Amino acid sequence: MLTRRHAIVAATALLVAAPLRAQERRLKVIASFSILGDFVRNVGGDRVEVRDLVGPNGNAHVFEPSPADAKAVADAKLVFVNGLGFEGWLDRLVKASGTRATIVVATNGITPREGAGDHDHDHGKVDPHAWQSVANAKIYVAAIRDALIAADPAGKTVYEANAATYLAKLDALDQEVRAVVAGIPPERRRVITSHNAFGYFGDAYGVDFTAPQGVSTEAETSARDVAAIITQIRKQKIAAVFLENVTDPRLVKQIAAETGAKIGGTLYSDALTDAKGDATSYIDLIRHNLKEFAGALTG
Amino acid sequence: MRGAEDRGVEHDPKKLTDFSDQIMRPTNTCCTARVPMYDFLIAPFTEFEFMRRALAGALALALGAGPLGVFLMLRRMSLVGDAMAHAILPGAAIGFLLSGLSLFAMTAGGLIAGFVVALLAGLVARATELKEDAALATFYLLSLALGVTIVSLKGTNIDLLHVLFGNVLALDDQTLLLIAVNATIILIVLALIYRPLVIECVDPGFMRSVSRAGGPAHLAFLVLVVVNLVSGFHALGTLLAVGIMMLPAAIGRFWARDVSTMIVVATASGVLVGYAGLLLSFHAGVASGPAIILTAGALYVVSLLFGRVGGLLRQLFPGRHLEA
Repeated sequence: MLTRRHAIVAATALLVAAPLRAQERRLKVIASFSILGDFVRNVGGDRVEVRDLVGPNGNAHVFEPSPADAKAVADAKLVFVNGLGFEGWLDRLVKASGTRATIVVATNGITPREGAGDHDHDHGKVDPHAWQSVANAKIYVAAIRDALIAADPAGKTVYEANAATYLAKLDALDQEVRAVVAGIPPERRRVITSHNAFGYFGDAYGVDFTAPQGVSTEAETSARDVAAIITQIRKQKIAAVFLENVTDPRLVKQIAAETGAKIGGTLYSDALTDAKGDATSYIDLIRHNLKEFAGALTG
Repeated sequence: MRGAEDRGVEHDPKKLTDFSDQIMRPTNTCCTARVPMYDFLIAPFTEFEFMRRALAGALALALGAGPLGVFLMLRRMSLVGDAMAHAILPGAAIGFLLSGLSLFAMTAGGLIAGFVVALLAGLVARATELKEDAALATFYLLSLALGVTIVSLKGTNIDLLHVLFGNVLALDDQTLLLIAVNATIILIVLALIYRPLVIECVDPGFMRSVSRAGGPAHLAFLVLVVVNLVSGFHALGTLLAVGIMMLPAAIGRFWARDVSTMIVVATASGVLVGYAGLLLSFHAGVASGPAIILTAGALYVVSLLFGRVGGLLRQLFPGRHLEA
């Protein structure tokens, strides 16, 4: 009897322990939101285990961490964040979790742009949505590569190879965006979105973006802001109004109905979509947005 | 200082005629030649359709909210509105979770949650020793807890801000129609149950001795409160929807002694603060929902000081009025 029980216990222990050990060898890292998580997965490959705090379709501006998130942060070796004031809730989470993880700010090395200049209450704030320019995405990737190598020197060659492959893809994507935007007449490159997240994209590729709300979704809209936007659309003959997956679409519909501007499809700004959506990776997200811009502005 | 109702009544017809015949006008005219008063008071509404929609929504809301608020206040149920707003919130949130910003889902969810809480609280209060306020507190807290649990089980962190704070600036045809239909239902049903409601406010014992209509009328009244709050949360959000109901009622209390005048004053001041709040939001650039409620707050303070019935200044210098 004893031997049989021993055999069962030993077999169970082996079964449980084998995958456990394999997992422990993987580097546990946290990415604050899904787009950053996609970058980290591309560079880290099989050597890292990534957890996104704000998952697909989530809104990182108003995220509330759960105890499970705090535990994951406590267990992690690295925490990748966007910085530039994007994750206002992060400092509290890091302190509360008592983690010893290194915090890696992926936007170090990026020149931040001022928050939306059209609204007087946004002065002094920087725009955190730096990933919307593919050139900036390459800086993110380089920062992630260096941080992973520093934390796990044994994987240096793997990380470097992964990063090089991914950077090449981003280069190709950058060229693609430039080619498509070049096909849109300059006077039609004027877009309104419900969330002011595309400033970096606009600066990099020469498209003019305006939003009825400030740079953060936390501010409630006043009648004056909406009136200003409508006046602007009429005056500048703006071609398209876009909805977006995180803020109030009713307001954009109202503005479009009132001005006769075309309503574009959904743009993705702060989050990837889940497997059912059409922006499951950063590259898909940029391609999707590009297709929407081109469709609404040339059509 | 009896300007509250007069101003509201005076402005209203003028505005409504403008509202109808200005729709066809070209809207991009620059109005330098006109008088500044026109620019300040009327032009925002002639120039922008969203302002006209917001105004129509606020007016329809005030029409139903005025009388309901007065009855809530007279029945010492001023805080019930607040409790009911919390009760409908989880229903609306669940509707939002299941089908996004769908008018139907959010309205149905809010109505169901509100009705269930109102009916259960009413039944428990009438069948057991527990008083209605305690029963209501119990059920709205349970409803709220249930709602928050369901939202957290779902796991995505959706933007509930838009459920908490509706947007009067983004009323589409459907929502506007819903608010108007709700206001119509409220006014018709209130007319039907007006007599038992008033009697029960004044003398519940007498009401019980002459009629059994008190209970059904009371339940119907609670249902109307829920209907009005659901309208209100599309326009102002659940929290401020209570404000547009209770503040005008409190204002009315300072200007009238009898119920019908109180209702007229309350409704008129609701209409007035809806209009003035939108103007405030337009000219000062503050968020529109809070602007409406804060305007009502200002009018309340004025009424509190100068009101004909029990206003603070009248109490200090009562002489002349006692003679009359």
